[in-house]
Amino acid sequence: MRRAAEIGIALGAWIVRLVAVVLVIATFNFALVRAAPGDPAQVMAGQSGGADAKLLADLRAEYGLDQPYAVQLARHLGRVVRLDLGTSTQQRRPVLDLIRERLPATLLLTVTAFALALLLGSTLGVMAGLAAGSAADTAFTVLSLVLYAMPVFWLGLMLVLVFSVWLDWLPPFGYGTINARLGPLGQALDLLKYLAMPAASLGAIYLAIYARLMRASIIEVAQQDFVKTARAKGLNGAQIVVGHMLRNALVPVVTVAGMQAGALVGGAVVVETVFAWPGLGRLTFDALLQRDYPVMLGVFLILSVIVILFNLATDLAYRLIDPRMRAGSA
Amino acid sequence: MDALKAFLRHPSGMAGLVLILAVLVLAASAPFLYPESPWEMVATPFAPPGEDGMRLGADTLGRDVAAGIAHGARVSLLIGIASALAALVIGVTVGALAGYAGGGLDAALMRMTELFQTIPAFVLAILLVATFTPSLATIVATIGAVSWPPLARLTRAEFLRLRRREFVEAAICQGERAGRVVLGHVLPNTVSPILVTASLTVASAILIESALSFLGLGDPNMMSWGFMVGSARSSIRQAWWASVFPGLAILVTVLAINLFGEGLSDVLNPRIARRRG
Repeated sequence: MRRAAEIGIALGAWIVRLVAVVLVIATFNFALVRAAPGDPAQVMAGQSGGADAKLLADLRAEYGLDQPYAVQLARHLGRVVRLDLGTSTQQRRPVLDLIRERLPATLLLTVTAFALALLLGSTLGVMAGLAAGSAADTAFTVLSLVLYAMPVFWLGLMLVLVFSVWLDWLPPFGYGTINARLGPLGQALDLLKYLAMPAASLGAIYLAIYARLMRASIIEVAQQDFVKTARAKGLNGAQIVVGHMLRNALVPVVTVAGMQAGALVGGAVVVETVFAWPGLGRLTFDALLQRDYPVMLGVFLILSVIVILFNLATDLAYRLIDPRMRAGSA
Repeated sequence: MDALKAFLRHPSGMAGLVLILAVLVLAASAPFLYPESPWEMVATPFAPPGEDGMRLGADTLGRDVAAGIAHGARVSLLIGIASALAALVIGVTVGALAGYAGGGLDAALMRMTELFQTIPAFVLAILLVATFTPSLATIVATIGAVSWPPLARLTRAEFLRLRRREFVEAAICQGERAGRVVLGHVLPNTVSPILVTASLTVASAILIESALSFLGLGDPNMMSWGFMVGSARSSIRQAWWASVFPGLAILVTVLAINLFGEGLSDVLNPRIARRRG
């Protein structure tokens, strides 16, 4: 009972936080366009001043740019609350529609990268932690330091160089083979080929981070009394790791994963650009080239919301994993 | 002095330091090694490494990749260090105010810090640089603006820890003003953990700068490693060297700074280092 109430309170706090973040970001977006050098209509029209008079007039009318700032801001927030993110100045379509089209690709990429990093990183970290001090452990530490220092866009290009240019195993970019007549399973496998390199380059740095955390965590947990007790009870190594250590060692990993959701989403922007992956990142990059402000600002807002939701998910996972939280006595 | 001796015996920290010095020497000697502008077309386009006098090859436009890397080192280090300093100023100010003042101000500042930590910082950086047109100043200000939260949290935690210590309370009891207490007694005791985090911030700032210039949001007048990778990527089939070497330069520099920072952390904060395993 007590636990249900606790989770209820946590959820309530998250909803308040979500609304607050949306309002703050919407206000920031509003301020940014006004703070930019030049007339807001020109800024939003993009094309560095080359916009036609009709578009400028439309924008002035749509955003009420002749009104006082307070009125403009109130109108702006009112639209955001009603999920109206404006119209793309280049594609002349509602920003929300553009985002909706691109969202699945971004979610597929980020979730795959995150899951890969978490699974592989934890496994490697456990192995390294159990073999701390061995040659394999040292090699692992060096590798994770290198991965951690690698620019994500460059890692992506290096994968393209090796697996597409030299080995010709994987397609260098895209989101599925065009006009391929494939069944549902064939289509999924085909998409997987296109997903492999973007997900690997986005996930690599997190793999390194989670692995190092897991390694340190396992070394620390191994010295604790309950593990010694388990060993004294005669449980074998695998039983101890899975049944006693893993849950405890995962706590810091999940905490950090939640904190880094923003960076993961930011990395997706770069990776999508490298691999022409048709997600929100690619949409941002194209909008950036044309200075299509409604799209850029809308994507920033939606990506922030995604990060908050991801934070919520890791927070709930953390509550389920941590034995101290589970007992409801924390 | 003891810390210096300990650092000299720290193998990976010293390896990092040596690599950083090598990059610094490269940056300092770029104008002598390659007196011509790195934008100059000096060779046959796509000349592979070793041909046409190009040690690391030439890019699509016949620009010398090695010259670009040498000149790019200046930009990466300059922006990395300047942005970390900007983040340091913002982070320490916010953290010190929050940790020393406590109460409502602390709560408000920490909510703001959390907000900055949740939002996708790189997307914010893209928005800021694109809006205020890319230049050295806007890039440094932007990277500083998205990199300060960890420094603020650390400074706050250190201030909270030190506030209740006897020597600080003694200074307050003697009627010293808040500013003097902070600058004279609290801040000097927070230097070593802040130094470690600030040095790691230089590495992340270099990565952010490289990603921005990869996307075409670098200062258009400065040759940078990220820009080189970005401009070479479409011709990766014809000239792999033009994207491989500048990326390696970023990797080595960031790795060196991380190694140095971790070595520093082991030496200056043995308490934390031991816990980290």
